[in-house]
Amino acid sequence: MLLIHCPYCNQTLPEAEFTYAGEAHIARPADPSSVSDEEWRDFLFIRTNVKGPHYERWRHFYGCGRYFNAVRDTVSDRFLITYKTDDPRPELSKLLEKSK
Amino acid sequence: MSSFRVSGRGRVDHTQPIQFTFDGKKIKGFKGDTVASALLANGIHLMGRSFKYHRPRGAVTAGSEEPNALVGTRRGPGRFEPNTRATVQEIWDGLQVNSQNRYPSLSFDVGAINDKAYMLFSAGFYYKTFMWPKSFWDKVYEPFIRAAAGLGVSPTEPDPDHYASRYLHTDVLIIGAGPAGLAAALTAARAGSRVTLVDENPEAGGSLLSEPSVMIEDIPAWDWVAKTVAELKELGVKLMTRTTAIGYYHQNFVGLCEKLTDHLASPDGETPRERMWRVRAKQVVLAQGALEKPLVFDGNDRPGVMLAGSAQTYLNRYGVRVGDKAVIVTSHDSAWYAAFDLADAGTAIAAIVDTRAEPNADLVAEATKRGIRIMAGHTVTGTEGRLRVKSVRVNPVTGSSVGAPEIIGCDCLLMSGGWTPSLHLFSHTKGTLKWDEERQTFLPDHKAEECEIAGAGRGLWGIEAVLNDGAKMGAAAVKSLGKTAKAASYAVAHDRPGTGVSHKELPTDLDAGKARAFVDYQNDVTAKDLRLAVREGMRSIEHVKRYTTNGMATDQGKMSNINGLNIASDALGVPQPKVGLTTFRPPYTPTTFGAFCGYHKGSHFEVTRKTPIDSWAEENGAAYEPVSLWRRAWYFPKEGEDMHAAVDRECRATRASVGIFDASTLGKIEVVGPDAVEFMNRMYTNPWTKLAPGRARYGLLLGDDGFIRDDGVIGRLADDRFHVTTTTGGAARVLNMMEDYLQTEWPDLDVWLTSTTEQWATIALNGPNARKVLEPFVEGLDMSDEAFPHMSVAECRVGGFPARLFRISFTGEVGFEVNVPAHAGRALWEMLFEAGKKYDICPYGTETMHVLRAEKGYIIVGQDTDGTVTPHDAGLSWAIGKMKPDFVGKRGLARPDLVAEGRKQLIGLLTEDGKTKLEEGAQIVLDPNQPKPMKMVGHVTSSYHSDAAGRPIAMALLEDGFNRMGETIYIPMPDRVIKATVTGTVFYDPEGARLKL
Repeated sequence: MLLIHCPYCNQTLPEAEFTYAGEAHIARPADPSSVSDEEWRDFLFIRTNVKGPHYERWRHFYGCGRYFNAVRDTVSDRFLITYKTDDPRPELSKLLEKSK
Repeated sequence: MSSFRVSGRGRVDHTQPIQFTFDGKKIKGFKGDTVASALLANGIHLMGRSFKYHRPRGAVTAGSEEPNALVGTRRGPGRFEPNTRATVQEIWDGLQVNSQNRYPSLSFDVGAINDKAYMLFSAGFYYKTFMWPKSFWDKVYEPFIRAAAGLGVSPTEPDPDHYASRYLHTDVLIIGAGPAGLAAALTAARAGSRVTLVDENPEAGGSLLSEPSVMIEDIPAWDWVAKTVAELKELGVKLMTRTTAIGYYHQNFVGLCEKLTDHLASPDGETPRERMWRVRAKQVVLAQGALEKPLVFDGNDRPGVMLAGSAQTYLNRYGVRVGDKAVIVTSHDSAWYAAFDLADAGTAIAAIVDTRAEPNADLVAEATKRGIRIMAGHTVTGTEGRLRVKSVRVNPVTGSSVGAPEIIGCDCLLMSGGWTPSLHLFSHTKGTLKWDEERQTFLPDHKAEECEIAGAGRGLWGIEAVLNDGAKMGAAAVKSLGKTAKAASYAVAHDRPGTGVSHKELPTDLDAGKARAFVDYQNDVTAKDLRLAVREGMRSIEHVKRYTTNGMATDQGKMSNINGLNIASDALGVPQPKVGLTTFRPPYTPTTFGAFCGYHKGSHFEVTRKTPIDSWAEENGAAYEPVSLWRRAWYFPKEGEDMHAAVDRECRATRASVGIFDASTLGKIEVVGPDAVEFMNRMYTNPWTKLAPGRARYGLLLGDDGFIRDDGVIGRLADDRFHVTTTTGGAARVLNMMEDYLQTEWPDLDVWLTSTTEQWATIALNGPNARKVLEPFVEGLDMSDEAFPHMSVAECRVGGFPARLFRISFTGEVGFEVNVPAHAGRALWEMLFEAGKKYDICPYGTETMHVLRAEKGYIIVGQDTDGTVTPHDAGLSWAIGKMKPDFVGKRGLARPDLVAEGRKQLIGLLTEDGKTKLEEGAQIVLDPNQPKPMKMVGHVTSSYHSDAAGRPIAMALLEDGFNRMGETIYIPMPDRVIKATVTGTVFYDPEGARLKL
């Protein structure tokens, strides 16, 4: 069982308190009717499915209930960082440097 | 006592005799014996039959890695366990042990015919033998394979034992309480760390228990163990024996399975049989030691052929000589010590056969002193004996040529092919391994977790080296915690250091194709099978493993992995590190389902949600059905009624007068805030801005892909407050989806969402007399058709309780849904039921609710829709606010596939004979005479007998269904083809006249 840091509660807690919520930083277009079929398809279905550091969303479901973002390495299952939804997308190179 | 028991020797209690049975025969042992040691003390080596060839087998080890001596143990009704390792199971008075995989008896087994036919059962024989003809698979091959598969027989009775689970947090978790683990624990505990030390054996000591002659710090090894354990306890170390670390997971999370009662003759009934510990450790020290490898030669599996180190364990720990006359065959120094100990205990050593040309001179001198014949540079090429080894065939080896054989008589053959560090748990962490050329084995390389590996587990040999390494690693673990520790330095006398070489299968002068040289004993995989797999094109070790099943038995190849690798590497002509090792996976040893399950069984397996009115339904004889986690009243049968009769009666009563229904399970979400209406406009398809407070509307929720997710009636209580209802099963999902959009897409909206499902009890009254029953209880509300029309909501008091009253209908009759605080649910229900008696009020359950709604063509999301249905497909286009600039799913609805012609659409079906009720889920075809596989064009989603329609009715999703009105379609069933006509979905009161008061 992973330990996950909730950036809102500022606590590291067992995975059982959290639910996974898919890839992060996929913004719903502000005006959906103006986007093409291809763009809408990409928004709905196309995901990066990376092997390695993955930007993803989690929800502290059995805690504060907040959605937050995380970067998790899908190979090692290690979290590089978790951050609030409105925080900017952290740069991977800096994260990797820090984790070393 | 037999001549194989050495008086006064070992750690068993010679004053406490124990009697158990093996295949019904009474066997005597001592307290502290395992089943295997007690059988060996009685001269019994034959303990089982092998999996594939049914070859006679005996214990080859003295530990949990045992592949052969698997037995069934019974301790009374329901307490039967198959495939128990005889080498681990402690004996107690009355234990019943049975051998497995034999018929009619262990010594005479008809299945052994497989052994004579071994040529048919080579690697991949499943794939080759059972391929043809295809029609034989179901009738001949599969039944045959199933009957022959498996070793032990699964228990059939429920397990009366209970199992526990606990969490544990510790600074340092040390796995293995041998010399390395004890030294590590001592070092860490002395430095003030919280230490947990676990070992799968009944007592601490590990290999020291098999080496009583070693002196540590001038005291005998066993005394040192006792002294160390006492000090550890003094220091507060949690020492857990009979506890196996089964898996090592992320962030130093380790699963431990503690066995609490299997060694007891009469457990107290309170103690759980096993306890699963979920440990989070800051640091882990892996001190699991090493496992001895067999040598691979023809007949290396005969009873009496055993690992030398295990024979030494049987002697020193259990006081049992495994035979009177032993031959040793080894490629490692360690087996020489086993020979010396046995010789000193009175076993004749016929010869020490060492594959190395020049064994260690000191060992040779020691052997010579004891008058033991030494055959250096020799190999074993075979064994003889039916149920027990009686002779060994030994040949000299020069280079790769094998000289003339000599037959040496014996009653046991003790082998050692060197030692393999136990890397299982380390591998669970995805730590990387590195091939060690000198030791010819894999050693831990890069660590993936906060852990240290100590002692033989990282290739060290000899007690002194291992003790000092344990102390060092204990100190390293403490240092990682930010504390300082001093690693003690241990002086050991009479140590038994040693080295060895590693082999593929041993050379032979016999026909290599006929050699039965076993690599994996449990799965009956021979060296020949591995070479065949390579010849037949397997290149990856993972493919070789799966083709031959090498290492795939319940022992996970603890003994066979490196031998298998050496042979595959030789056959492939690729060095071992390039071939690589297969993956170890948890659990380390077979673990009961009970231990994993813990408390989560029976009624604790899953919660059963009950409504506030559930108890009334129970008292009134309701039949129940599960709906998500809820148990809901399904129907209320009267004396002598079946479900069909009860549901017909409930339907009739509701349409004729009034029915009462517990709708409390409906999901309820309170949507509140200045932006509540904007939020509702964006979430639901419908327009909400113009919905006045006091009015309600059917709401439809889509995903952004345009497909229906949920629905429910939504009432507007105030400008800034909505009472949203969802389907019973969808409540949590809908709230989650709302939160997601609110938090991450529209954080600018000022809205709060609160689940109120369990706060409200909801009672539905339906039928022409519903208002008459309800009205006398309602305060503060004009219930006339004008003041409170269909699709209204009001806050008022009902029966004296604060209430939210909806006038809505899911039956097509005049309907009300009263929400009162949960605690008032049953009281109000009883009031209404009592008052309703003069109108013949009828309680009804979910089945009647389903029939009544189907008669009106009202859909149930998840039954009539399946995640690929659009509002248009379901005939719900009217529920879409087309003028709204956006809502979840609006853009999705414009996707090319969703606007395409001919989609599956929800239609009604009436069977042609007017009597046949269709089966829900049945597939629909247009032409029943087309060749198979037929083109399926849809399926039945709902089907009931309708009392109101006087016939069965059904709904179905059908390709281009809206354009097929009046057409005949076909539903092929196993015994016949049913004809049905496509209709609309409203089967009753299409004008909706009955909704008016």
